[in-house]
Amino acid sequence: MKGWRPPAPFLLLLPAVLVLAAVVIIPLILSLYSSFTPFRLTQPASLYTFVGFRNYARILTDLEFWTAFGRTVLLLTVALNVEMLLGLGLAMLVEKATRGQRLLRTIMMFPMMFSPILVGFQFKFMFNDNIGLVNNALQSLGLTNQAIPWLIDGSLAFFAILVAEVWSSTSVFAILILAGLLAMPKEPIEAARVDGCTPWQTFRYVTWPFIMPFAYIAMTIRSLDVARAYDIVKIMTDGGPAKRTELLWTLVSRTAYADARMGLANAMAYVAILLSIVFTVYFFRKLSAARTQIAAEW
Amino acid sequence: MNDNAKARFNGFLLSAAHKIGLFLAMAVICLPGLWIVLASFRPTVEIMAKPPVWIPRDLSFDAYIAMFSGVGQGGIPVIEYFRNSVIISVTSTAIALALGMAGGYAFARFRFKAKSSIFLGLMLTRTVPGIALSLPLFFVYSKLGIIDTHFGLIVAYVALNVPFTIWLIDGFFRQVPKDLAEAAQIDGCTRWQAFWQVEFPLAGPGIASAGIFAFLTSWNEFALASQLTRSVNSKTLPVGLLDYTAEFTIDWRGMCALAVIMIIPALVLTFIVQKHLVSGLTSGAVKG
Repeated sequence: MKGWRPPAPFLLLLPAVLVLAAVVIIPLILSLYSSFTPFRLTQPASLYTFVGFRNYARILTDLEFWTAFGRTVLLLTVALNVEMLLGLGLAMLVEKATRGQRLLRTIMMFPMMFSPILVGFQFKFMFNDNIGLVNNALQSLGLTNQAIPWLIDGSLAFFAILVAEVWSSTSVFAILILAGLLAMPKEPIEAARVDGCTPWQTFRYVTWPFIMPFAYIAMTIRSLDVARAYDIVKIMTDGGPAKRTELLWTLVSRTAYADARMGLANAMAYVAILLSIVFTVYFFRKLSAARTQIAAEW
Repeated sequence: MNDNAKARFNGFLLSAAHKIGLFLAMAVICLPGLWIVLASFRPTVEIMAKPPVWIPRDLSFDAYIAMFSGVGQGGIPVIEYFRNSVIISVTSTAIALALGMAGGYAFARFRFKAKSSIFLGLMLTRTVPGIALSLPLFFVYSKLGIIDTHFGLIVAYVALNVPFTIWLIDGFFRQVPKDLAEAAQIDGCTRWQAFWQVEFPLAGPGIASAGIFAFLTSWNEFALASQLTRSVNSKTLPVGLLDYTAEFTIDWRGMCALAVIMIIPALVLTFIVQKHLVSGLTSGAVKG
């Protein structure tokens, strides 16, 4: 039974597409154009000078930009992998719990309701070299005497940011993987045990393929929103000290709003957008591949 | 006998390790939040104390009283921020839900050309980092004169939320068997009636949780809000947090208090939503 209007899905999708076009697509086209100009907010006329690929050429040779780019990719790769592993571990711990599972699941979701900017402040507070919880605890336990400059030393700051990022996003993985574990039929596991599989083999060849799509859903959700790390970094270090924790996004915002070089910033932003798209498309394809595998096996 | 005892001992060790691991994990998850709540009730002297004061000696509501006592007396316009946050989040959520329901229904119930690429295309608009989007939006908004208005942020947040609500609601509609709506239509309902009387109530809890998720996204958003707002006219709570920072110092106690105010609504809503959220995200995964 089809509706009396032939293009019903078209009509249903139209409003969503219109809003997205107005707020995302058209501004993006505008910013694509302005990335070919030396546009500065202070000189509106510069929007009409066309310089071709000069901004992009400048980016290509800009060491600062590529350092930030590399650091962003490094942060995302490490963070996503750690989140995945910790999420898996957490999900399995909770799944094994015999009592109070509802309460545990609720606690597990706790970090999800924290705004990224709040996570940033929270960890800035905790990693504060003078009054932070981390240093206080280390000193009280007698592990160290001096105040460790968590947010002042470059690589320590990177570590602190990583901790904040992992804390705030592990629960996404844990919850979805837990959903997978709970939805999993028990017969294959029992069959594997009867056939003499070790616990590791059971996990590797039975459990893991089943929960993989769930892990990829989590990955996809995360990659839709990778740039939330901007909020955390912006608050914790703002790219400092001396640009040693500068990520793509903080660099873009500094170039745009502090230096007012919109054209250059837009060119950088396009590289950041491409990076996000690559991450998302990659996980979407993994997701559909994992789905077909499941459909074939079960 | 000996083997038996050994196995029992191993089992005991395993379950003890499990309990300890679980406890540690939960502690790591909860501690940062609890520390914030605790800090908001402590006097600044105690927060700054060296050596640290672990067990709070006097708790008070001073930070909250100061916050509400208005600008100039150590307060910030928190009521205005709260109001802006509520207006912007609620309105944008309602609109995003309406659009998401239309879109999700289209994806769940109709076959059409290039369906999966359209779906992926919608999702990709969500990947644009807020800060990258804020540059052209800032420019467009200032030309249109809607910087620092509720309207500007609402429109931006609707666009931010629509892809994800479509994804979630698509999943919830797919869980409702097609036969039910068809049966209703055979019994004389129009498609419109069948939707509102059969499919909508069944997918209702899921749609509500998609709404809560959208609400939380808008409630917590910072990258766009920090560039598109200027004053108490439209500043939201996340941007308001920055009021407690000065060039080199941060009023930790005040900030923690504001953080608590920000979290409470989010906390309540997340607890309501938790069950349905997961089922919506995963429903498509196993069934394909």
